[in-house]
Amino acid sequence: MLELRNVDTYYGNIQALKSISIDINEGEIVTLIGANGAGKSTTLMTICGVTPPRNGEIYFMGTPIHKMATDKIVAMGLVQVPEGRRIFPGMSVLENLEMGTFLRRDKSEIQKDIDYAFDLFPILAQRRSQLGGTLSGGEQQMLAISRALMARPRVLLLDEPSLGLAPLIIKQIFEIIKKINQEQKTTVFLVEQNANQALKLADRGYVMENGRITLTDTAENLLDNEQVKEAYLGL
Amino acid sequence: MEYFLELSSSGLVRGSIYALIALGYTMVYGIIQLINFAHGEIYMIGAFVALIVSGVLTIYGFSGVSILILAGLIAVIYAAAYGYTLEKIAYRPLRNAPRLSPLISAIGMSLFLQNYVLLAQTPDFLRFPALIPDFEFMEPIAHIMGSPELVILVTSAVSRVGLTVLIKYTRIGKAMRATQQDMTMARLVGVNVDNVISMTFIIGSVLAAIGGVLVGSYIGQINFYIGFMAGVKAFTAAVLGGIGNIPGAVLGALVLGLTEAYAAGYISSAYEDVFAFGVLVLILILRPSGLLGKAVKQKV
Repeated sequence: MLELRNVDTYYGNIQALKSISIDINEGEIVTLIGANGAGKSTTLMTICGVTPPRNGEIYFMGTPIHKMATDKIVAMGLVQVPEGRRIFPGMSVLENLEMGTFLRRDKSEIQKDIDYAFDLFPILAQRRSQLGGTLSGGEQQMLAISRALMARPRVLLLDEPSLGLAPLIIKQIFEIIKKINQEQKTTVFLVEQNANQALKLADRGYVMENGRITLTDTAENLLDNEQVKEAYLGL
Repeated sequence: MEYFLELSSSGLVRGSIYALIALGYTMVYGIIQLINFAHGEIYMIGAFVALIVSGVLTIYGFSGVSILILAGLIAVIYAAAYGYTLEKIAYRPLRNAPRLSPLISAIGMSLFLQNYVLLAQTPDFLRFPALIPDFEFMEPIAHIMGSPELVILVTSAVSRVGLTVLIKYTRIGKAMRATQQDMTMARLVGVNVDNVISMTFIIGSVLAAIGGVLVGSYIGQINFYIGFMAGVKAFTAAVLGGIGNIPGAVLGALVLGLTEAYAAGYISSAYEDVFAFGVLVLILILRPSGLLGKAVKQKV
């Protein structure tokens, strides 16, 4: 469904992604794990056209998207929950959700989706008129995921949704991701440092080091892999 | 007391004009952190287009209000085109350049537009026809506030309300707010940021041109240089109110206009600029981010 072929991305003269290739099939949860600065976030920003690749190709449902503008890529159904949540701080919870529907024209369906989000995260319904910048980290993460769902994504790209959150909230967020994948049939590409949790949730995984994909396998096998255990699972 | 009211009325008129121009500065700054030094020139070009159109319309037998409205409309369309083109050729290619580059480009465009009008038109002051009609109902208080003053106050207020509604409720307004708060995230929800930036320049230029037409008709003369001082004053107003903040720009403009009027009336008109910039210095010492310039509190 989503395919990266030998993608190179640069920041000025610095190469952040070195010929990476990733395949994601419809309905899967695929995770990308790796240390800080490995290039995980860059991978997502490259897919979304924010930092377009210098070389290589990206295909989404057969269409090349590596030269497309970000808004066109989003319109095709590739929607990202970026690192650090990036809630619009001066907009209310409801307005943040409405921004997620920016490209949609089906007004009548939007209310249903907002209700669905409030159903997933009841706390957001309580805080609907509160400014996004005043929410706690966990609430912001819930809002960020909900805002992405408002766009009715075909593939949901999540960048470290567990970052800086309490273990209980992380568990809740991961359960919701599973639920979205099962109920909405949304394909999920999950970038995580929390390798243990991510691999338990995912079907398959990629391991990234210094801008390269060094390992790929089913999530189960990666959890048993000695190298992964030592480097990422702290076992 | 009457003298005070007269000064207040004149101060509010100035402030209303400054507000129309200051909004363009503050909106552009809010979105791309650029001081668009060529913005005053858009105001000047708006006045020139209105002057030329009103001359043509007079020849064809139009009169009074119909000229004002038609000339105003055409001036606004021209200014919008100038604002759009300005951004496209002078700022867009420098989007990812160091911040100083677009600033220099802005100063260059300001000089270019001034000299272009100087060459294409004339260095002399041109008489601008009084297009605003005299309303009878203003007769009793005409010594405090006449019809032109009323028209300026009302037009400026209506424009500001229009802008507020646009930003609060329309699709493009929401896109503008999102882009201002987080440009990358705005792109990730599907906002075409280039279009938003173009639209911001267009809206700012429209407001400036409205100001240009009103001032031309009010003062009665214009030349190629009027954009410079108006631009500096409006920029001061924007900074006074907190640059990037829309209500702040309006408040700053009104404070500035009233300060000038009172300084000119009670002290000496020679000192009005001293007081105008004196207030700026004072406020920047007491509130460095301007009157309303305050970042939204954000938890991490």
